[in-house]
Amino acid sequence: MSAASVPPSKDELPAPAVQNRRWVPRLVWLVPIVAAVIGISLLIKNWESQGPRITISFLSGEGLQVGKTLVKYRDVTVGRVATVMLSADHQTVVVSADLSKDAASLLTADTQFWIVRPRIGVGSVSGLDTLLSGVYIGMKGGTAALRERQFVGLENPPALSHGPRGRELQLHAARAGSLAIGAPVYFRQFQVGHVIDENLLPDGSTQVTAFVEAPYDGFVKPVTRFWNASGIDIKLGADGLNVQTESLATVLAGGIAFDDGPTDAAPAAAGVPLDFTLYENATEAMAPPDGNPHYVRMQFTQALRGLEVGAPVEFVGVNIGSVVAVDLGYQGQDRSFPLIVTAKLYPRRMGQAYKALAAQGKTESDETLAVFVGTLVNRGLRAQARSASLLTGKLYIELDFLPASPRVAFDASIRPLELPTVNGVFQELEASVARLVKKVNDLPLEQIITDLHTDLADLHETLSELHGQVLPNALGTLSALHSTLDSADRTLDVESPLQRGLTETLSEARTTLESVRELADDFDRHPDELLRGRRAQPRPEGAAVLSSDAKP
Amino acid sequence: MTPLTQAFDLGLSRCRTCGLAVARASLGIGGRCPRCQSRIEQRKPFSAEVTLAWLIAGMVLYIPANLLPVMHTSGLLGEADSTILGGILEFWRAGDWDIALLIFIASVAVPFTKFIAIGLLLFTVRKNSRWEQHQRAVLYRIVEFIGYWSMLDVIVVALTSALMQFQVLGAAEPRAGIAFFCAVVVVTMLSALSFDPRSIWDRRP
Repeated sequence: MSAASVPPSKDELPAPAVQNRRWVPRLVWLVPIVAAVIGISLLIKNWESQGPRITISFLSGEGLQVGKTLVKYRDVTVGRVATVMLSADHQTVVVSADLSKDAASLLTADTQFWIVRPRIGVGSVSGLDTLLSGVYIGMKGGTAALRERQFVGLENPPALSHGPRGRELQLHAARAGSLAIGAPVYFRQFQVGHVIDENLLPDGSTQVTAFVEAPYDGFVKPVTRFWNASGIDIKLGADGLNVQTESLATVLAGGIAFDDGPTDAAPAAAGVPLDFTLYENATEAMAPPDGNPHYVRMQFTQALRGLEVGAPVEFVGVNIGSVVAVDLGYQGQDRSFPLIVTAKLYPRRMGQAYKALAAQGKTESDETLAVFVGTLVNRGLRAQARSASLLTGKLYIELDFLPASPRVAFDASIRPLELPTVNGVFQELEASVARLVKKVNDLPLEQIITDLHTDLADLHETLSELHGQVLPNALGTLSALHSTLDSADRTLDVESPLQRGLTETLSEARTTLESVRELADDFDRHPDELLRGRRAQPRPEGAAVLSSDAKP
Repeated sequence: MTPLTQAFDLGLSRCRTCGLAVARASLGIGGRCPRCQSRIEQRKPFSAEVTLAWLIAGMVLYIPANLLPVMHTSGLLGEADSTILGGILEFWRAGDWDIALLIFIASVAVPFTKFIAIGLLLFTVRKNSRWEQHQRAVLYRIVEFIGYWSMLDVIVVALTSALMQFQVLGAAEPRAGIAFFCAVVVVTMLSALSFDPRSIWDRRP
């Protein structure tokens, strides 16, 4: 390289083209400015999003971890536990948590906090994620206007942790059955909600809180009936086997179904009530309203095997109630053990009859009703245990008018009312047969047979006597009678002399009578002949001949 | 050590791309190499100023890079946002001191080293110092060399996010912090590039 070995003079070197743009490199200062702006804006944003710090007191801080346990609203993290401390009196755990700024508006006086722990039920599993992730604090926003920073945490999660649109309903039932929280609520086999709470009321009945989701809560009307749809309903009816269940889940976890009740029973309520009765099954729910039950007591003297609690009580074939208790009583007077059957009756089930009675004021009070029942008893109203099915031997109680039954005194002042009873049809039949058999048993058969035997011997004797003496005599008599009849026959024969003589005499007598009549005619025509004697006078040829002939 | 003769003293400039020596007299700001048409300068123009600008930008960006979470992990065991320092502490407490050290070096020590080194270089050049010129040249090369190693954190987050996608069982997502950290690395590298090491040797009156 000659160029390298010989340094060129300055002038020989080429000159670079010059462009002056002094301001361009200074643009680099934009970079730290932008970076600073971004950084500062982030800091401001962070500072702005810094939410409030709240304190919540719990009875137990089980599972809470500082810096890790989250506060969630609608399953979205809105905060984090900052500290966990004991309260001054060591009775509660005070948890402070930093919430995000957007959650601050949720903090009102009635905001609820609770610790979410796993809950496993038949119908539902909830909080399962907390098994691995640890517990978190649930939050339910309040509606109160008052702001609050200090809260008392709930020990149990509230029924609805966040409010989907819908309607909360209170259902009252004697028993909750197998209902559990989270059990589904069905409308025509379509799940429209679920059970959110169950409470035992101070009076021992159950209150079930159900939630029906928004588009479907319109199906809840004043006439709506709710019933417990748990389990399987199997009916063997005239149309075959009918198995009914709302869904497989209800078989396991229970459930509630509802539908429109009988429309004629609709009360003219302005709005939809929030309290309903929870019936035990669909049939009961769909029955017209029963009103309050009236209890009656019946004493049966016969054994009532097959009469169970819940057996129907029918009034002339209409189900108006059911048996609630079958008890064994004791009567000191005759040392007997009567069965005391208590039943509840729903007079309203009598339908039109009830309305008619109500119109007459018979159902106004217990007293008027008791008096009315008294008149019915006087007319022959009796309780009777009857066989519902020959196959199963189940019994039911029938209230029927049996005017033939003996009169009984009815005390209208006893509560519950006591209805007189008669033995059942089958028992009645049984008793008759027994009586018959007893009578047959009581018959003096030995005696009768002995007497009969004697009588037969006498008869035999008589007959033999008849045979030995009477019969020969009778034979002689008969032959004598025969000869008598013979001679009589002969005497009466046409050819017999007596007969002939009689005939002749009779014809003679006729001729004589003819002559007398002729004479009488003659005298009739000519009465003067009686005085003047007969005079010759012309007369028709025939007549003369006739008259001459008439006097042979 | 006797000072060497510099091209500046001889009135020469050299194209940094093709190595062509040109006369300094003809040289102006923004001059171009007559052979390869690349920009040709006696010194990088406004080198100290630009370097300082980038350096300040890097320092500013380093603050959110450390304050903001770099990665979000979620899984059966809960979810967590991790910052760089938080992650280091977590590893350290868990007993993985080697990993903690590695991350510490890559994401704390190296950036700080760069900030300090570039700052020192700028300061001495500005002061026209003759102090330890050789060592400072070595320092500059070290800064250039370690520049891209700082990307370790970014690569860790990128790999973790890409590999750990098991939906419910576990998932990792990058967060804003890592973008800032990445920016810090890039900006400091630009800062180092803007610095003209030749200015270490300048003997201006």
